Formats: sequence, C-alpha cells, structure tokens
Amino acid sequence: MGMTITEKILARASNREKVDPGEIIIARVDKVMIHDVSGPPALKILEDLGVDRVFDPNRIWVTEDHFVPPPDTKSAENLIELRRLAEKYGLRKYYRWGVGQYGVCHALCFEEALVTPGEVFIGGDSHTNTAGGIGSFAAGMGHTDIAFILKNGWTWLRVPETILFEVAGELREHVMAKDLALHIIGEIGASGANYKAMEFRGEGVKRMNLEERLTLCNMTTEAGAKNGIIEPDEKTAQYFKEKNIEFKPIHSDEDAEYLEKFHIEASKIEPMVAKPISPANSSPVSEDEGLEVDRVYIGSCTGGKLFDLRMAARVMKGGKVKVRTEIAPATQSIYLKALNEGLIKIFAEAGAIILPPTCGACFGGHMGVLGEGEVCVSTTNRNFPGRMGHRNSKVYLVSPLTAAASAITGKLTDPKELLPG
Amino acid sequence: MKVFRGRVHKFGDNIDTDVIIPGKYLKEFDPKELAKHAMEGIDPEFPRKVKVGDFILAGENFGCGSSREHAPMALHAAGIRVVLAKSFARIFYRNSINGAYLLPIEVNDNIYNSISDGDEAELDLSKMTLRDLTSGGEFTLKKIPEIVIEIFEAGGILRWKPKKL
Repeated sequence: MGMTITEKILARASNREKVDPGEIIIARVDKVMIHDVSGPPALKILEDLGVDRVFDPNRIWVTEDHFVPPPDTKSAENLIELRRLAEKYGLRKYYRWGVGQYGVCHALCFEEALVTPGEVFIGGDSHTNTAGGIGSFAAGMGHTDIAFILKNGWTWLRVPETILFEVAGELREHVMAKDLALHIIGEIGASGANYKAMEFRGEGVKRMNLEERLTLCNMTTEAGAKNGIIEPDEKTAQYFKEKNIEFKPIHSDEDAEYLEKFHIEASKIEPMVAKPISPANSSPVSEDEGLEVDRVYIGSCTGGKLFDLRMAARVMKGGKVKVRTEIAPATQSIYLKALNEGLIKIFAEAGAIILPPTCGACFGGHMGVLGEGEVCVSTTNRNFPGRMGHRNSKVYLVSPLTAAASAITGKLTDPKELLPG
Repeated sequence: MKVFRGRVHKFGDNIDTDVIIPGKYLKEFDPKELAKHAMEGIDPEFPRKVKVGDFILAGENFGCGSSREHAPMALHAAGIRVVLAKSFARIFYRNSINGAYLLPIEVNDNIYNSISDGDEAELDLSKMTLRDLTSGGEFTLKKIPEIVIEIFEAGGILRWKPKKL
C-alpha cells in the first residue's frame, strides 16, 4: 500500500520508510513561524527556563501582524518584548511593521517563499494550514508547543488520515476558491475533518493559481483539519524557480489509502456565503441576496492576497461603494503591487478606505471592529459570535468577488451581475 | 492520578476559541486578567460562577478555531481543571495538555445527556470513573492516551522527558 503526500512528508521527517495514520511520531520540523501574539509567550517560556539558544535561527521567522500598528500601549509593549527576545535568540528573519516588508504571516510566507514544497512547517497560528497550498505539511499550534519546537527542532504528531477531494472541471469566472472551500466545509461540517488531512487534486485544482490554492488550504482549518495539502505541479515549480529555490517534488502514490474520497464538479459551484455563526453554515449567495449590509471587509490571509485584490478591483472599477468598506492588502509587497497595478486607485476612487497590512479587524482586535447588531460581509475565515467585534454583531463569509459586489450595492450580491462583459 | 470534584458548567456544540476568550484580549498574557474574560462571548458572568476544580461539559468540537493558548489559560485561571466534551478541536486539545492547563476527556452522548448544568461531579482518574453526585449517576470514561497523561503529569511538554518513541 502506498502513501499520501502528507504521509510521505511525515515519513521523511521522522526518518522512516513508511508511516501509518493513527501512529504517533517524532517529526523533525523544517520551518517555524511566530507572530506578535504567539511569539512573546513562546520565547518567554524559553527565557524563563534558562534556555539560551534555539535549535536553528535560520529556520525560524517572525512577523508582526496581529496588533499592528499597535492600537494601545499594551500592544506596543508586546512588540518591544518580541523584538528583545528575537534579538536575544538571534532570530534575524524578522519582519517589522513600518520597516519594509511585513504582514499577515500566511500571505508573507508565500510572498517571501519562506516555506518550500515538501517541508514540515509549524506556525503559531491556526491558519498555518495555508502553506499546504504549495505542497508542504503545514499545521498550526499554540505557543507552548511552539516553544518546545524552538528549543528542540522536533515535535510529536499523530499521523492524520487523509480525506481526498477530487475536483473536476473548472470554477466559473465569478466563482473563487473561497466559494469551493465554503461549499466543502458546508458539506462535511465544522468538525468534518478533525485531526485529518484534507488533500485536494484534479483539474479544478490544477487550473487554480497558487494564491487560490492557498485560500483552499487556509479554510481547511475551519473543518478542523490538521493540514490541507495540494501536490506541487508546474505552477508550483515555476513559482519557486523564479525565487531561485530548488525542491524535490513529492506526490501521493497511485495506491495511497484515503479515509474517504469526495468528487466535486467545479463548474457546479456557485458563489457561497457562510452565515453566522459557523463557516460550515454555508449556502449559495443567491438564496440570501439582498440582505442589508453595514460593512464590507476585504483582507486577511484568506482574502487579502494580490489575486483577491485583483478580483475585487474587477468588480469595483468605476463604481462607488454604498456601505463602509475597508480593504487591507495582506503584506507590504502586496500593497505595493496593488498600487503599481492601479488597484489601490480603483478602491480609493470607489470610496473604500485602504488599511495597512494587519490581521486587526479579522479577529476583532482593532482597526474597524463591529458594534452591536452590525452586519459585515467579509473575505475572512471565521464568523463565530464576536469574532469581528461585539458578540451580537454578524459576519457573513464570502469570496473577494462577492464582497466587492456587496460593497457596490450595499446588499449581499452575487458578483455575476456586476462583472464586466 | 487524582480525584477532581466540582460543579459542572454545561455548554453545547462548537464552543469556539473566540467565545472562550475574544480576540481583543490576545494582547494580554497574564492568566489572572484572562480569567476575568473566560467564556465572555457566551456568558459574561461565567468567571463569577466558577470555583477552582469545576468542570466544563460540552458537546462536539470544543475549542474549535484559533490556536490561541489564551483559551485553556483563561479557563484554567478561572478555576476549570477538566473539560469533558463529546469531541475536541485538535489545537485546543494539544494546548490544554502541553501547557498542563486542563485535562480534556472525551465523553459519549449518554454521559453528556445524563449530566445537567449545575450538578456536582467527581472524577477519579485512577479508575476513570465519573460520578454525578447530584443525580447519583456513575459513568466509566474512555482511557486517556498514555502520552497525554505523561505530558500532563510532568507539568507540560517542556518539563516532559519522553520515555520511548
């Protein structure tokens, strides 16, 4: 019996010929990420234990993304503490807000090619799954787990069973990977892939660009998955070639064993919306069209990448927003590319405001939190009670195309009606 | 292995980490501060209702969402020591054990349905039995994986010395 790509990566990381789902293994970790929420407590644990070095500073990177720019003194002091500890442990891959490149960790990971296909990547953030889109094993953990890895360079993992999603055909022009993800989570439920790997393949996935694949893997967290993964192909190879990074592609065996297989016709997927209070509470946008909206948010690791902004701009070009609309490019590099392509001008002319790269509003931290009763249509990944502000505010999760269309009409809107041509 | 005794605070399915500790408190790392906001997203009165040693009893997928370790930290600091749930989200499960905050124990539908909010309960880890002292019900729990007990009893993963593997 063969192995899935997830099993192969974990076998290599544990110096084994073969691993089986359900086994607990000791796995070497290739890359580790911390940010301003997971970083200070993780590094402080090491300092308090008297640990004076991390396993390999070159395999660890740090970004400031959650409470940036700092909304209060406490947040500013956390950044000072993170900086102090990072210097102490020699972490030089450090991306600071306001000093060149920085941003939302998962988008930054891709922009800077910080993780390579086939690697084991553990991040101090639940949406670390995102990097599975380039063919790495990527999973999120809490700060104590991260502290252990920073010290030792390995962790314990239960080898996950893999659920396979075979996506045939191609998504239609007004449908994005986010819609496919919401459709799948709606089908399997918010714990439908708990502790499991979700692997995506087929023509519908091959035709997606890498950013869309990242979105698909990003949302696997919302089904409870340990990781989401897509085998590297020509598009992956091309991307890493441009970055001068070599890798040995790993693929699932023909006879790999899957816990379950789903077949999806991409062309049948419609623009989807996940209504409060679960990402699994999804249905076609057409069923709730016309819902009154107070806010539109386009940003985050899920919906603030360059491709996301390009799609939003297609809909918003020449129009005017009817409701408060915030757009947050996920990294400094994405911001700059969006500026050079004229996207920022389109957004600003439409009346939206452009935020600096930050996770702020997505998790209800700062920079546009919702008040009681407010309804927000958002390109982010969670709509739990209070996720973006008051516990009685409401978040509707959609694709960047649907969010942009809803900004223009002031109501939840299927983007098909507003796309040019 | 020890005995836990306390009141049961009962919740439903998919209690997520945003409800357990809202995102705006993530800049806070002091457990005492976090405890003041434990379960704020579902019951702002929760911290005042809990005494040290109390249990949470929940449905499916407890702790889904963010990797924030603030969630088990806040529950521990509020007084909770054991969470009984039909199932757990994976990062919350790991965090609870690796930081030695909470013991997450899976229960079946029968146990979940038999115990009411506010009941007094007693858990004996050596026998893996749970007694509802209010109703008189007695239940046998599923065995906890050995590695989980090892790490938890060591006081967390950083103090844990792996025996095998």
